[in-house]
Amino acid sequence: MNTLSVKDLHVKINESHILQGVTFEVPAHSVTALLGRNGVGKSTTLKAILGLYPSEGSIELNGQSLSGKLTYKIAQAGIAYVPEDREIFASLTVRENLLLATRNESDLQRQQMVNELFPELVSRSAQRAGTLSGGQQQMVAIARALVNKNEILLIDEPTKGLAPKLVTEVADALGRVAGETTMLLVEQNLPLVKRIAQHIIVMDQGRIVFQGSPEFLHDGEWVHTMLGVSGGHK
Amino acid sequence: MDTFMLIGITGIGLGALYFLVASGLSLIYGLMGVLNFAHGSFLTVGAFVGLWFSTQVVHVSNTWTFIAAMIVGGLASGLFALIVERVVITRLYERHIDQALVTVGISLVVGAVLAGWFGNDLRLLPTPPWFINTVSIGSAHIPVDRFLYIAVALILLIANTALLRYSRIGLVIRAGVENRQMVAALGINVRLAFSAVFFLGGFAAGIGGVLVSAYSNGVSPLIAGTYLIYGFIVVVIGGMGSVPGSFLAAMVIGVIKQYANYYSPGLGDFVVVFLLAGVLLLRPQGLLGKVKP
Repeated sequence: MNTLSVKDLHVKINESHILQGVTFEVPAHSVTALLGRNGVGKSTTLKAILGLYPSEGSIELNGQSLSGKLTYKIAQAGIAYVPEDREIFASLTVRENLLLATRNESDLQRQQMVNELFPELVSRSAQRAGTLSGGQQQMVAIARALVNKNEILLIDEPTKGLAPKLVTEVADALGRVAGETTMLLVEQNLPLVKRIAQHIIVMDQGRIVFQGSPEFLHDGEWVHTMLGVSGGHK
Repeated sequence: MDTFMLIGITGIGLGALYFLVASGLSLIYGLMGVLNFAHGSFLTVGAFVGLWFSTQVVHVSNTWTFIAAMIVGGLASGLFALIVERVVITRLYERHIDQALVTVGISLVVGAVLAGWFGNDLRLLPTPPWFINTVSIGSAHIPVDRFLYIAVALILLIANTALLRYSRIGLVIRAGVENRQMVAALGINVRLAFSAVFFLGGFAAGIGGVLVSAYSNGVSPLIAGTYLIYGFIVVVIGGMGSVPGSFLAAMVIGVIKQYANYYSPGLGDFVVVFLLAGVLLLRPQGLLGKVKP
């Protein structure tokens, strides 16, 4: 059973044809990692799914078409999003950021789960989000996506720009969430992908060039060829 | 000393009227970045509907009918603002030049329609009998209506602040001002919240229209002109998007203008423009505005 199904997705921005017929599926209750070099269209894919960019093609969530819907309707259908640059609301407090995102305030179980995942945010609930460190802001961005029960979590480079200690903290949190949520993860951090992903999709120049198991990430030569980075172990 | 006090309190009363015009502008222009030159027509529509209610519906002038006229004028103006937002402005977000051109056009059309219908002469707005009374403070006799303007301005300030700070819609508006796309990505219809801002801005302008008409001894399609200019000056001096800043600026401008006009007749407007230039040079973000990163 697939949660998200994307078929022949095209995105054109000004004169650039950014996505050129992207097709993939995200199986339910699993983590799918979207990989590729910088600028190949990974973030654009997430934004197009969410309706933040106009697109052509078919996007279905649990069999329901999302094509042509407004962003807020798509989010209400059950898609949570953690953007690349966190995009937390700097002038609001941590509590207000989470309150804004909460669609069902009586779902105390989820609030409890978020509090357990990010206990630091509880103690900083009255602090303005703009004054938090980068890692704490990332926690707010992830917590904001988790306060509702959603069908899928789209998460864009959650460890980007974080200090190594914070990368571990965020990775731990995602590892705990991964067991319960279907996730489409854009990430350059291969150890994190190896740790939590069950499927990988590789993009190049606006197209899907590989779909398969994360086992390939242990093959250094494959990683170098497909992703342009050194890494992996034979 | 009594004259000094009289001028001071009447200045605060005038400032209260400026605030009633500016509070809506502060929300619409300051928070949403919409350059709304049609705001004056919101004020005029509110004034004319208030006049219609007072003369055609209730036929008596007492405190309650006057309050009802303010509310009806406010609601009509809010509805008009909502229609303007849904039909026109919603297509022009982020397009400031187009906003300015279209809203100037709306303002001209509304002014022309009302002038064609009613003429440009002042039409007397019925007010409660106590409007002509004075209150003695020391030996200064302060017109009672000034206290009404101040009270309504204070109520509006508190309501605005409470709405933005403590309500769900206020939270959505504050977040939407920072990042509209991200609010939508959280599953929130941010356009609905912005329409609400227009309604509230129009509502405040409509109440302001009725009170400005009472202050000016009548309703006319031309009443909004000067007040709209002062509304923009108040918003800039107070700080974009800061309703308390607008309140403070309106009071300062009202009082300074009254003193300047008394001690140097005719110099009131010049002093206000001088103050505006000083604030723009020394504190461009306004008295209570935030510096944009």
